[in-house]
Amino acid sequence: MEVEILAFGITRDIVEGDSFKVSLEEGASVSVLKELLYKAYPKMKQLNSLRIAVDNEYVDEGVVLQGNEEIALIPPVSGG
Amino acid sequence: MIKITEYPLNPDDITSTVFSDEAGAVNVFIGTVRATTKHKRVVRLEFETYLNMAIKEIEKIIETVKQKWPVHHVVIHHRIGALTVGEIAVVIAVSSPHRKEAFAACQYAIDTLKETVPIWKKEVFEDGEEWVSAHP
Repeated sequence: MEVEILAFGITRDIVEGDSFKVSLEEGASVSVLKELLYKAYPKMKQLNSLRIAVDNEYVDEGVVLQGNEEIALIPPVSGG
Repeated sequence: MIKITEYPLNPDDITSTVFSDEAGAVNVFIGTVRATTKHKRVVRLEFETYLNMAIKEIEKIIETVKQKWPVHHVVIHHRIGALTVGEIAVVIAVSSPHRKEAFAACQYAIDTLKETVPIWKKEVFEDGEEWVSAHP
C-alpha cells in the first residue's frame, strides 16, 4: 500500500517537501515505516528523536498502519 | 482558551481573560525571542506547527492542569511565523485561588508544551540557521 507522510520542521528540509509517499506492505507497523525512512533518509537517524503521529496522536512503534490515516513525522519539538 | 496565530500576542489582553472574582492569584508566563544562543547573534526565529495536532496536545495540557490543580482558568496562546528579537512567542496565563498552584500549573504547562506540542523553531543567525533541539 502507498501511504502519504506529512513532514514538519527539520524533516521537511530532509525530504525537501511538506509531504511524500512511501510504499509499505499491508500490515506494516510504525517501526517498519521508521526503518524504511532511516534507509531512505539517513539524516533522520541523526536526529535527537523521531516520533510518528497517526491521526494527530503520538503512536508507539508497534501500531499497525491501515493506509488511510493521516501520518506525520514529528522531529524534536521546540515550541515556547 | 487556545490560540495559535501568526499575529503578535498581547499579554495584557490574554491575562485579562483569566481574571476571576474567586481567584486570588494570576500567574503569567511570557516566552520571548532571545538575542543570542551559544554566543551567536540571532537574527530571527521561524516557528511552524502541525496545527490540528498542536491544538489537541495543548488541550491535553489544559485538561491535565485542571485535574492536578484547582485552577479557574488556563489560557495558552502561541505565535508562529517569523519573530524578531524581543517579540513574544508564547503566553500562558493561569488563575487560581492561591499563588502556589498558579505557579505550579504555569510551570507544568510551559514545560510540557516544550516536550509534546508539535511546534518547531528554526534559529536564523547572521551566518546560518538551525532547527532548535533537532540534533544532540
